[in-house]
Amino acid sequence: MHPTSKWLFTFLMVLVVANLAAQTRVSGIVKDNHGRVIKGVTISIKNSYDGGASDSTGKFSFKCYDKGLQTIIAKSIGYKTVQQPIVLSGTPLTVNFSLHEEINELTAVTVTAGSFEAGDKKRAATVLNSLDVVTVGGANGDITNALKTLPGAQQVGEQEGLFVRGGTGYETKQFIDGTMVANPYGASVPDIASRGRFSPFLFKGTVFSTGGYSAQYGQALSSAVILETIDLPESSQASASVSSVFVGGGLQELAKNKKSSWGINYGYTNLALYFALVPQGPAYFHLPEFHSLDANFRIKTKKGGMIKYYTTFGASNIGIRRPNIDSSLLNNAYGIINYNWYNNLSWREYLGKGWHMNLGSSFSINTDKINLQIQNQLNQRAFTNISYIDSINTAITSHQDLSQVKAVFEKKLSGISAIRFGGEYWYGTVKSIVKDTNHLLTDNFASLFSEADIYLTNDLAAKIGVRGEYSSQVNQFNVAPRLSLAYKTGAHSQMSAAYGQFYQKPENTYYYYGNQNLGYVKATHYLLNYMRTTTLQTFRLEAFYKQYDNLIETPPTYQFDNKGSGYAQGVELFWRDKKTIKDLDYWFSYSYLDTKRQFDKYPSQLAPTFAAKHTASLVVKKFFTKLNTGFNFTYSYASGRPYYYFQSVGNKYTVGDEGTTKDYNTFGCSVNYLTKIKKSFVVFVASVTNVFNSSNVYGYNYNHNGTYKAEINPPAPRFFFLGAFISWGVDRRQDAINNNL
Amino acid sequence: MKKVLVIISLLVATVVNAQSKFEDAMTRGLGQLKDAKTASDLTDVSSFFERVGDAEKTQWLPYYYAALSLYRSAWVDKSADKDKIADKCKDFITKAQVIENNADLYCLVQQVVILQLMVDPMSRWQTYGALAKDALADATKADPTNPRIYYLQGMTTFNTPEAYGGGKALAKPMFQKSVDLFKTYVPKPFYPDWGKEDAEKMLEQCK
Repeated sequence: MHPTSKWLFTFLMVLVVANLAAQTRVSGIVKDNHGRVIKGVTISIKNSYDGGASDSTGKFSFKCYDKGLQTIIAKSIGYKTVQQPIVLSGTPLTVNFSLHEEINELTAVTVTAGSFEAGDKKRAATVLNSLDVVTVGGANGDITNALKTLPGAQQVGEQEGLFVRGGTGYETKQFIDGTMVANPYGASVPDIASRGRFSPFLFKGTVFSTGGYSAQYGQALSSAVILETIDLPESSQASASVSSVFVGGGLQELAKNKKSSWGINYGYTNLALYFALVPQGPAYFHLPEFHSLDANFRIKTKKGGMIKYYTTFGASNIGIRRPNIDSSLLNNAYGIINYNWYNNLSWREYLGKGWHMNLGSSFSINTDKINLQIQNQLNQRAFTNISYIDSINTAITSHQDLSQVKAVFEKKLSGISAIRFGGEYWYGTVKSIVKDTNHLLTDNFASLFSEADIYLTNDLAAKIGVRGEYSSQVNQFNVAPRLSLAYKTGAHSQMSAAYGQFYQKPENTYYYYGNQNLGYVKATHYLLNYMRTTTLQTFRLEAFYKQYDNLIETPPTYQFDNKGSGYAQGVELFWRDKKTIKDLDYWFSYSYLDTKRQFDKYPSQLAPTFAAKHTASLVVKKFFTKLNTGFNFTYSYASGRPYYYFQSVGNKYTVGDEGTTKDYNTFGCSVNYLTKIKKSFVVFVASVTNVFNSSNVYGYNYNHNGTYKAEINPPAPRFFFLGAFISWGVDRRQDAINNNL
Repeated sequence: MKKVLVIISLLVATVVNAQSKFEDAMTRGLGQLKDAKTASDLTDVSSFFERVGDAEKTQWLPYYYAALSLYRSAWVDKSADKDKIADKCKDFITKAQVIENNADLYCLVQQVVILQLMVDPMSRWQTYGALAKDALADATKADPTNPRIYYLQGMTTFNTPEAYGGGKALAKPMFQKSVDLFKTYVPKPFYPDWGKEDAEKMLEQCK
């Protein structure tokens, strides 16, 4: 053989030999630690291309060309990778794997008892995002109105606030970036609820907790609405809006480096034109008028943290005149002028080594000038010398300010477990002049809290917390333990349970009648929850029991005490489905509530006037991509609510008259049409509340001796809205992609 | 001398073998990808490329194709858990990006993000729409001559209704640019080579 050909021969031989190793078939099955098969697991021989993947029955089978001692690897995202030695000799081998789930924020159980969380952190069918809020038919873009379609909330329309699980509106508090909002609603006149001050578009996440919430939050007996503001906007934008009731404009500027932004918005609401077209029940001597100005800046820090500032100033003036219930010749004229300034500054930062910091602060001032007057038919102040009529004449000036600071530190422990602790301090004053008497309330309020999220496995988690508070106004300490547990019962389902104690200071108005020696009011929550969620569907069932203690009683003697008590229990159901019909999103909620309480004037435990036994809502939204139009419908039902006339007999109240209102029904709808006019993007919105003109009664007002009662109705059976929202600049909707991709 | 020759030949053979082994694998994998019809074909191809990537450690292409095949499987299998698939795709892309960061990988990021957006477009477009846009901006920064960038941009625009700032008219110049760039585009061996016909087809639809 020629040396060269011999060289070539050797070379070829080496090549052939290298490729001609004996084959070994390796097969097996992959399961998880619960014994469920896992598909799509990659099985490979280390440093070789040989391998396979498990099929839908968890089985795999492949041929190996390597020989001898090798390492076989099984890996799949969400599971801990398993490696084991294997000897390949040509004889078929069976290797079975059992993979353990990694503790992972996306798949781990979440403690959900009591809360509805929105936002895309978990990707699960989120309950409500800002777009959902504005597209709830009949909610008119108001966060509170949208939340009323969720279980737990009552259909109370005669006062603002969320009445949750037998609690009053005062028992629900809103928190923005961690700090409590003192005046979340605009000023209102009696028997007409006002809107919230904050636009849903300010927030990226909303948690509506109807009980058992975290130790980070206090001073809310029944419910916490936890709002998280958006970080940087996606682009610079100018916007304007014109509608039947308001005009507004705004600017949002994002820096070129996308590290900071600022914005400013102004809005003016005037119902003069609207009320001229749509007759209202009460007569207005000052048509509702609101100015609102807000501004913000947001800065992304070097480490990826955020500093955010938001401020809003509002001024409003409303004057309303209604017939006096005791005299057909007289009217009650109620005027309210309100100024409100709200500021929120927060800083979120990653400190390194698993530590996170959340600092929040807020400052707000609120002035109400209320004037309630008895007037004659010429709208002049009238004096009757009848005490129960003249005593209605009231002038209240109230000036409230509240400063808050809050710090929360979080340390991530192994896996996704974490501990959290922090504290807050509030300083608030209320200066009020009620019927020419000065009152000054000052409160130094401090709290400390600590909480641990403990993930024992991916399937079992506990949240244990405790909160301690001191209020100088109440001059008492309180300690409130909180505990929640969650257990994953299946790939998409889980059970949770929660227990917690909640304290709240008495409402400021109790102090208008002299210095009262009042303690905290208290509630204890017990919850049990089952939830099943997939990306596009959510099913939730929750049962609760709530015990109320130390509620405030207001006997005719004005010697208020903490001897009231009560309970609430019920079952709630929620179902949301975006899957079954394309582009159709609907949810249904039902709440059963059994509650009684002795508080306020209630002489014994009675079902309160703000609690209906049965409440249900159906929200349907359908978007027609081809028409660029969305139709939204909301139907809400509530069974009749109790009403009472409390008669003062000596130093006690007794029930002089009582009854139940008729059932409440309302059907609201709205249409949104999106279009482009020249370079601007326009959304036209038309909406109507109570389309079918159901006559609704929220309750009754009684005359001075309970011999006559008058219905409390909405000011008009329906509310119509027509508006155009225009935006310029790089529009966010450019990124909206339809379903044909 | 003979011994030296044998040793050299052994060394060369090993290198050539390793080289050709990778090339063979790529050829085989790309062939399978081309022939894949069902979702399970595609996941098998993905798994194959994943093994090649894991064994090679310094090649970004196997991971790119592992992600691409898996991404395609999500469109074939309508019932697939798109979020889960997207997470896996992103994992492959991240592995590839550690080795080399380029326009094609950013393009794939955009595709995967759109896949997730489609799960619930109404509530996801704000977040995922922005991510998709960022991914194409990164791709353009990495290589403005990559024709797939403009094809993907065109697709997004084409499928966005006019009222939302999309439409045929706006998409057309994007497809045109893509088609023009494809004319001079010569991929290196095994490099991504898809999109030319798709871009031409879309340009036709815009006329």
